[in-house]
Amino acid sequence: MSTTTTRVILPGLLRDLVGGLPEIEVAGSAGWTVGALLDEAFREHRILDGKVRDERGVLRPHVKVFVNGEDVSRGAGLATAVPAGARVHIINAVSGG
Amino acid sequence: MVETIVAIGTRKGLWIARSSDRREWSLEGPHFLMSEVASVAFDTRAGRQGVLAGVKSWHWGPTVQVSRDAGRTWSESAERALAFPGDTDTALERVWQLTPDPNDEEVVWAGVEPHALFRSTDRGESFELVRGLWDHPHRPQWEPGFGGGAVHTIVPEPGAPERMLVAMSAGGVYRSADAGASWEPSNPGIRAYFMPDNEYPEFGQCVHKVARGVDGELFAQNHKGVYRSGDGGATWDSIADGLPTDFGFTILAHPRRPGVVWNVPVQDDGERIPPGTQLQLQRSDDSGRTWRQQAQGLPDHSYTCVLRDAAALDAGDPVGIYVGTRNGDVFASADEGESFTRIATQLPDVLVVRAAQVG
Repeated sequence: MSTTTTRVILPGLLRDLVGGLPEIEVAGSAGWTVGALLDEAFREHRILDGKVRDERGVLRPHVKVFVNGEDVSRGAGLATAVPAGARVHIINAVSGG
Repeated sequence: MVETIVAIGTRKGLWIARSSDRREWSLEGPHFLMSEVASVAFDTRAGRQGVLAGVKSWHWGPTVQVSRDAGRTWSESAERALAFPGDTDTALERVWQLTPDPNDEEVVWAGVEPHALFRSTDRGESFELVRGLWDHPHRPQWEPGFGGGAVHTIVPEPGAPERMLVAMSAGGVYRSADAGASWEPSNPGIRAYFMPDNEYPEFGQCVHKVARGVDGELFAQNHKGVYRSGDGGATWDSIADGLPTDFGFTILAHPRRPGVVWNVPVQDDGERIPPGTQLQLQRSDDSGRTWRQQAQGLPDHSYTCVLRDAAALDAGDPVGIYVGTRNGDVFASADEGESFTRIATQLPDVLVVRAAQVG
């Protein structure tokens, strides 16, 4: 894997929707925003987009995205920049009852 | 062999009960465990065994799931089946109602939160916003009810595709006479006790459910008030006299016998329990002029509640009645409400029950 490839790591609950795929690699995404990265990562896996973002492109309220361990909701949200070779985790937030 | 299927949508998934005789039932599920299932519709038009479900994951949002084999397997569109167009700057919260159209066997209607109506022309695979209702000048004044602001009831008119009715909390009844292109409020006679300066406003009523009788008579369970319309919803008259309470969420009309209607009374809006703690239906055989209690087999000392879509009829003869409760019981009657048996228990809160005969 190239050091410029970004790994988008899926939570178990979403892997079932894409044949068990644990993560999606996106090449050449250094400097992109998280939003642009998700656009590319979900291009071949359209069902994931509707699960992670609403139809306005807004991150769903109980979904978290971490870039190299940092919660983007504490930064610039989907406008957060993605460094080269980043690990991007999509997480179902600790919520519900 | 004809099979009766009861779909039970709950706060945490969908269960399906099946029976060949409406006495012995098997229960399957859950489908969509931990996702809320607020709406279900059977699509038995043209001999189909279709089922549609409005499903919402608290993490992954709302969607429409489709089964073409009577609820055994399910799929959803990879593209969003039901979404607001970009220019509305609005996101779908929940699908509250799915209604196959009686006049066009490809069309399915969806009522959603926030207040909007969608139409599918491909049996529920994809939906488009009905702009005529979305653009209505009253929309900014429609208030959310306690459960949210949604179009929760859709009543097409068999034989008249240009006419339909929707109901919403809290906006009231709206009708269209041009296939959804334009809409007018239609609440004359329905009281909004919570608006002290004008208890009979043009709109803003909290109508909980509307049912259509076989002869076109309409029945409405309101937030305090039960009503009948003999003119297609143009005007409404109270039929609450004789009921133990005028509060409740659901109302059902017999699919073949004019004037036969059921509701499930709730003690009060401040006491959402069965009247006198006896879970019961009230039945009228004369369009609401008189009522009688049906409670055999239903629990006493009950503090549960039956929500707006948690009761349904099947198409059998005699008609089967199915009632789901907020404490996860489902009761079935194979004799038009004279007696009930429990067909499911210990489920999550029941939000919707629908029944159909297939095979």
